[in-house]
Amino acid sequence: MIMNGAEAIIESLKNEKVDVVFGYPGGAVLTLYDALYQADFKHILTKHEQGAVHAADGYARATGKVGVVIATSGPGATNLVTGIATAYMDSIPLVAITGQVAVPLIGRDSFQEADIRGITTPITKHNYLVKKVEDLPRVLKEAFYIARTGRPGPVVVDVAKDVFAASVDYHYPSEVVLRGYRPLFAGNSETIDKVCEELRLAHNPLIFVGGGVNLSNSAEVFRELVDQTGFPVISTLMGLGSLPFDHPLFLGMVGMHGTYAANMATTECDLLLGIGVRFDDRVTGLLSEFAKKAKVIHFDIDPAEINKNVLAHIRVVGDINWSLPALVQRVKGISGELKERAQAWTEQVLSWQRDKPLQYERDPNLVMPQAVIEKVSQLTQGDAVIVTDVGQHQMWVAQYYGFRNSRSFLTSGGLGTMGYGLPAALGAQCGLPARQVILFVGDGGIMMNCQELATVANYNLPVKVLIFNNQTLGMVAQWQRMFYGGRYSHTGLRGNTDFVKLAEAMGVAGLRVTKPEELDNVLKEALATPGPVVVDIRTPEKVDVWPMVPSGAGLDQMILGGAEG
Amino acid sequence: MKHTLAVLVENRPGVLTHISGLISRRAFNIESIAAGYTEEPDTTRITIVVEGNEIEQEQVVNQLSKLVDVIKISDLTAVESIQRELALIKVKATIETRSDIINIVDIFRASIVDVNRETMVIELSGDGAKIDALCQVLEEDHGIIEIVRTGKIALARGPISAKAQ
Repeated sequence: MIMNGAEAIIESLKNEKVDVVFGYPGGAVLTLYDALYQADFKHILTKHEQGAVHAADGYARATGKVGVVIATSGPGATNLVTGIATAYMDSIPLVAITGQVAVPLIGRDSFQEADIRGITTPITKHNYLVKKVEDLPRVLKEAFYIARTGRPGPVVVDVAKDVFAASVDYHYPSEVVLRGYRPLFAGNSETIDKVCEELRLAHNPLIFVGGGVNLSNSAEVFRELVDQTGFPVISTLMGLGSLPFDHPLFLGMVGMHGTYAANMATTECDLLLGIGVRFDDRVTGLLSEFAKKAKVIHFDIDPAEINKNVLAHIRVVGDINWSLPALVQRVKGISGELKERAQAWTEQVLSWQRDKPLQYERDPNLVMPQAVIEKVSQLTQGDAVIVTDVGQHQMWVAQYYGFRNSRSFLTSGGLGTMGYGLPAALGAQCGLPARQVILFVGDGGIMMNCQELATVANYNLPVKVLIFNNQTLGMVAQWQRMFYGGRYSHTGLRGNTDFVKLAEAMGVAGLRVTKPEELDNVLKEALATPGPVVVDIRTPEKVDVWPMVPSGAGLDQMILGGAEG
Repeated sequence: MKHTLAVLVENRPGVLTHISGLISRRAFNIESIAAGYTEEPDTTRITIVVEGNEIEQEQVVNQLSKLVDVIKISDLTAVESIQRELALIKVKATIETRSDIINIVDIFRASIVDVNRETMVIELSGDGAKIDALCQVLEEDHGIIEIVRTGKIALARGPISAKAQ
């Protein structure tokens, strides 16, 4: 069928079952926007390209589908960079379609020209510059395939302006032929046998779950593994939700702000079964002290993750949807034996959890941020889609929200992108219109993309935005308090903005909590309101996230701080 | 230890940028890199010499393998292989010194590819040490004006090709 390049893109989006795109128009993508208009394709117009790319990311994390974002050339494309890097660090499938100046103008420093392919090379799984319209269908087919298969990630497709208008005889390829890209599904099954042998030898085994289990939708089989082995479980930030928070074997998050039990168990275990983890420095603390009594078994789809930070005694490379069922199958026969051998250890780690649970100061006159999260957790029964920004509130949510479901916690883990939360929440709500989407955000982070409140209002997306307004950049201030002699260099935000008025100005309902006795009712009111709501929650300025492993220390060197009780 | 990797890649624009970008951002220690066409017009072969221990070398291979345009990587370090560099050396040469330079060139089985009243250009292919040795003699006895060297290229001996390995 003869059509122009822009129409070919729309056709390809339909072929990929894309139901919504996020974006912002501009000169180089005029023809593409004309095709969107004519096709009446669902498009969410954000207020900033950064909002669009984080929204596509939030949509992808919440639904498991590929998020799609469109931006124009030059500044439009460069505004995507933070969002692309965010998605890359957390292995989120995105396709970013950017306009480029017309082919004859490329390389001449033309108006709104930026080499987005060069700029995004280190932060994409792959990228393309399309200069011939006949390449478009193949490139889009490949882009979606690369984004969602193997270890997922963002792909940029930069399309020269004249390509959108050029005509092409459209055929969408039925398959992808890439000599250099063959994502692995099944690995070597003998390694699973070896893993089983190690499980039988271990006395202090520990399961360490990461984002890979959420990303591969394998929480169910993961839960079966936990139940069959009876081994205690720790989680990374990105792995939360893989196991319900109240599972009897769940010790909580490990790492810099991990629980006492999780960090001690990591230090003391003799077998660490890492599943879909990448041993980030925020998890390991001082590498030479990390799990140093343990044999490490590493399950991952990406061979480059093996031995990158922590040396693995056994590597199981392949899709977790292959390796976990295979392991569960073999473990079934030896379940009783494994549980028996691990029993004493399990009792020990659970006693650590009982003796030193997460604790915070409960001042009856202050709205404590942790109490807000516990309250929301209770009101939603752990069943909401929770989005955060970055900082103290993010860690508290990880600690105090009781996650029950996979893919229910959307947060910028690897890159730690402030400003991620609000647009990601609106993207998640677009993907899951029937679910309760709740954003926790600081008074710093909300201002980084607060323009998207207007988007939330425009599309009446019922996102609940809970701002922890402590008038400070809390996490940085905590470090200043601990390591910089309390010199609060530029972390004070006192009296900057009235968030209720800001919300109302953008067309969103605004509520406020200043006293603890208001919390319950205001949260209930916010959650019961059909449309979007902003709640300005006045929390105390100097509250620290505990426990904390100082950077450069081993996990067992954590400071329990206020949590010591 | 040094590893010599034969990297087969799609002959597409941007491939070298992808590879050199990855090498620099992962802080890999690369000694040399040389690229050129192969027997298949859509394939480019890049020879990379990387310095590092086994773990670092494994990371280089694994990270490079993740690039979509990288088709195949084979490590030629452990196999019998022919390894060559090419150098062009512009050396000071007067009428009086020419014959000595010609003698040196003969000893090294190099060849003279350009002569004028003041200089000669010598071409030599071989392993890096041989080129170093020639450069040293020429510099000490005659003075070198400029040198250009390629990175190392390498091919395994025997019937098996890198793509079939």
